[in-house]
Formats: sequence, C-alpha cells, structure tokens
Amino acid sequence: MFTGFMMNAWITATIVAVVAGVVGYFVVLRGSAFPAHAIPKGAFAGAAAASLLGISTLIGLGVFSILGAVGIGSLSRRGRQDVVTALALVMMLALGAAFLSRTTEYEPQVYSLLFGEILGVSSSQILPVAGLAVACIAAVAVIYRPLMLSSVAPEIAEARGIRSRRIEICFLLIVALATTVTVPVVGALLIFSLMIGPPAAARSLTSRPVLALLLAVVIALGTVWAAIALSYQYNWPVGFFVGVLGALSYAVGRGMAAWQRARPAVTPALAARPR
Amino acid sequence: MHQLYNAVFEPGFFGSPQVHVAVAVGGIVAIVSAVVGVFTVMRGQSFAGHSLGDVSAAGGSGALLIGLNPLAGFVGLGIAGAAVMDMIGVQRLRGRDLATGIVLGAAIGLSALFLYLTATTGATAGATQQVLFGSIFTTTPGTVPVVAIFGAISLGGIALIYRPLLLSTVSPDIAAARGVPVRLVGVLYMIALAVSVGLSSLAIGAILSTALLIGPAATALQLTRRVAWALTTACVIGVLAVWVGVLLAYDSYYWGSSHLSLPVSFFIVALIFVTYLVSVAVSGRKARAGARRPASVTRAADHDKVAA
Repeated sequence: MFTGFMMNAWITATIVAVVAGVVGYFVVLRGSAFPAHAIPKGAFAGAAAASLLGISTLIGLGVFSILGAVGIGSLSRRGRQDVVTALALVMMLALGAAFLSRTTEYEPQVYSLLFGEILGVSSSQILPVAGLAVACIAAVAVIYRPLMLSSVAPEIAEARGIRSRRIEICFLLIVALATTVTVPVVGALLIFSLMIGPPAAARSLTSRPVLALLLAVVIALGTVWAAIALSYQYNWPVGFFVGVLGALSYAVGRGMAAWQRARPAVTPALAARPR
Repeated sequence: MHQLYNAVFEPGFFGSPQVHVAVAVGGIVAIVSAVVGVFTVMRGQSFAGHSLGDVSAAGGSGALLIGLNPLAGFVGLGIAGAAVMDMIGVQRLRGRDLATGIVLGAAIGLSALFLYLTATTGATAGATQQVLFGSIFTTTPGTVPVVAIFGAISLGGIALIYRPLLLSTVSPDIAAARGVPVRLVGVLYMIALAVSVGLSSLAIGAILSTALLIGPAATALQLTRRVAWALTTACVIGVLAVWVGVLLAYDSYYWGSSHLSLPVSFFIVALIFVTYLVSVAVSGRKARAGARRPASVTRAADHDKVAA
C-alpha cells in the first residue's frame, strides 16, 4: 500500500487535502458553496479544450477557472450571486460540450477529469501541484485578516474600508487556483465534496476560527487518507469514498455538536433546582 | 425567397423524426422549467435547482446499474435529495447553501461509484457523457408522454399552491402571520422542483436542465417585476431558445466541410446566456433612468407591482 505509485497518491492526496481544508473553510464561512462547485466543474471544459488543442491540461484548467471566477465575481450583484453562478457554469459546460463534440474518443478522460485519478498520479505531476498549492495557501495567508473580517461581519469590514467586492474576487481567484491544483488529481466534482464536508464538520464542532481552520484540514486529511485506503482495499473508486466520507464527517460533526449542546443544558438545570 | 428559406431550414428539418421529438420534449421541458424557475430565482434557490439535477442524475445511473427504469431513479433520488436538503435546513438562508452542498457532495460520490460500476460491467458506452451532457436529439418518441405527464404533475403542484407560495416567497413573515404554513409550502415547492429538474435532466441532460430553469426566469425577472408577466415572458424565452437552438444545431451539420454538428446544448445555452446579458444591460439602463424620478414614487410603484 505504500510502494511505488501508491506513494505518489499519498503525497498528492495530502497536498490536496490541505488546500481543500484551508480554502473550504472560507467557502463554508462565506456561503460560497455554489461558486466552489461551479468553478471546478466549469473549468473541466478548459481541460477538454486543452486536450483538443494538444496543450497542457493544467493551462486549460487555469484559464477557464480564472475566467469563471472573474465572470462570477464581476457580474454578480449583492445577494444575487446564485443566478450568475448558475449561468456561468452552464455556459462553460456548454463550451466544453462543443469542444468534446470535435473529438470522438474521450470517454475515459471525461470520467477521470470529473472524478479524478488519484491512483494514477505520476512523479512528474507532484512538483507543479505542490508549487501551486503553496501559492494558494500563501494567497490565503496574505489576505487572511480582511478575508476573515468580510466573511464574518461584512458591515464592519465595509466600515473599516475593506472593499468586500474586491475581497470577493480575490477569494474566487483563490478558489480558481485551488481548482487548477486539484482537478487533475481528485477531479472536478470531488474537490467540491472535499471543500464542503470536512470544513462544515469543523465549523459545527468549534466556533473559534483558527481552531476550526486547523480542524478542517485535519478532517480533510482523514477523509482523503481513509478514502485511499478503502479504495485500495475494496477496489471501488476513491471518489465514492471521498464523497460519502465527506458527507458522513458533517453528519458526525453535527451529531457531536448537538450532543455537546444537550449536555451542559442538563447540568445548570439540575443545579438550579430548589432543594 | 425559396433560397433564404432553404438556408434557414436546411433540407429535411421538418421531416426528421428526431427534430419532432426534440421540439416536443424541449418545448414541454422549457415551459415547466420556466414556471418553476421563476420561483426558484425569486427564492434564491438556484444552487438547489442545479444540485437536484446532479442528484437525480446519480439516481438515474444507479437505476441503470440495477436494471430499473432510469426515470424512477431520476425522480426518486431527486425527491429524496430535496427532502434531505429541507431536513438539514434549506429553508433558512444561512443553512441553505451548506445543506445543498452536503447533499450534492454525497450524490457526487454515489455517481462516481455508479458510473464506475457501469463502465466496468460495460452496460452502456459513454454513460458519463450521456448523464452530464445528455442530448435532446437522442430522446426516443416514447418519452414524450412521460415527459408530458410528469411536467403536468410539477406544474399542477405549483398551480395548487400558487398564492401561498407566492406570498411566502415575497414575504415569509407576512405569510406566516396570515396563517400560511410556510414550511409545508416550502417542502411542496421543493418536491415540484425535484420532479421538474429530474425530468428535464433525464430528457435533455443536466446542463440544459439548469440553463432552462435559471436562464429564462432570471431574464424575465430582470425585465418585469409583475409575477404573471415574468411567468409568461420566461416561458416564451425558454421555448424560443430551445427551438432556435434545435434549428441551429440541425443546420450546423451543413456548416463547413467537416460535417460534425455542434451539440444542441451549446446553442441553447449560448442563446439563453446572451439573452440574460442583454436583459441585465437593459434593466441597468432602466434603473438609471428610474433613479431620476423621486425615490418615493418609485418605491410606491414597486410596492404596487409586488402586491399585484
């Protein structure tokens, strides 16, 4: 389980999980789940275009995810982001369908772009993925304070002179960068599962930002590692385990949070009871 | 004149049975999606509307795998997904995004498994592409009555709860104060949405399903604030986009020398997208013109429109 190509899988999965945990925490905090789904899924069309033109998939993904991020960020108005996101997504997918119609034998590649091919990562892929991941984390670190403030209290952020629109576009670009890193490895659809389930679980366990951020990374790592191990054991796709374990981690997180809330509620009531 | 006619409608357009089915199915789906979509856009549930397409597609590939009728899988898992979304909290604004995301994430995992198993057992070639992109031209004539029946169910559901749904969409607080069961209305609406989306993603693919649900409705709501007008406009835009898209896709076979026709979903989505951008530009100009009027007049006029 820890030899040859499996080592590549473990290393890239670890990188992807860290990126997904960090970016996903802000996705959940800001309620940006739809763009986080739309940008990777739409960027998949870029990969199709790149393979049609015979250039690197990474370039196609990068260009399309940045186009998607800028499109969503600049067209959306306050509170009406969902319509623009939906339309940008279908437009990118329709372009992808048009590109795909120009080639005939593409089926296995479509599947691997959508659902990932983590067990097929080659050693030469690790370095660019690691580099982009570092850039992504660094970008989050640079805008950490304004991003956090505008996510938690948009009005206060505005009052302090933080332009929430600019932060929004920066954040969407970070999602685009994370997409470019992760889509070739875990696929356009599963990066979404990984960016939502573990951070949502972390947030239901603690309300302290830094702790939740770390917890999101830890849960994402646990999810991906367990998914690879299970996939190795049972020969079912990694994507299935990532999707289901991600949702499961949220369910467990909610359950534990409910249990924790229920417990202290009993003790003060007992203490306050007249003797 | 004759030449122009032939240039617009390439030979055999009206004789082709695929075109007949595409025009019928596309028209029905466009109308159902437009009506449901107006409420989806007004309620801010585009993400749920899109996700239910993916959720029901997972159901469809699961049903295919165990040899059930795909329609049962599409509609069944769609409704189940809608129920779970409502349970987690789709009706609260803060929880909505997350609830949809969690359900979507789990459904994506399931479709990864189903499609993998389908591919390894070799049941259908090109299943991934079929589920994601679909094609209005591969729809069989037998699906027309099925699409019509389920479309009628979805529209009938919306018609039954029309007034309470409208009131609880525009102002949940007033609706609750007047004794409208807001939660129940929300659940019924989600079921109608699930049926409509499941049906459309089966008939015409997940991309077109989302495009027809959101695009025409959002465009109509840019142009008018009267709900009845918005419903009519959305239906007209949706049906026209589908029919013109079908025509262009058919004609594209004759463009150039390669004889590779472009997919119909590309044309329909492009038409819808451009229409939306134009409507945003038009309503932006109207809003700037309206800003010169005294604010109180505009506000009173808007209030009348919402009440109407």
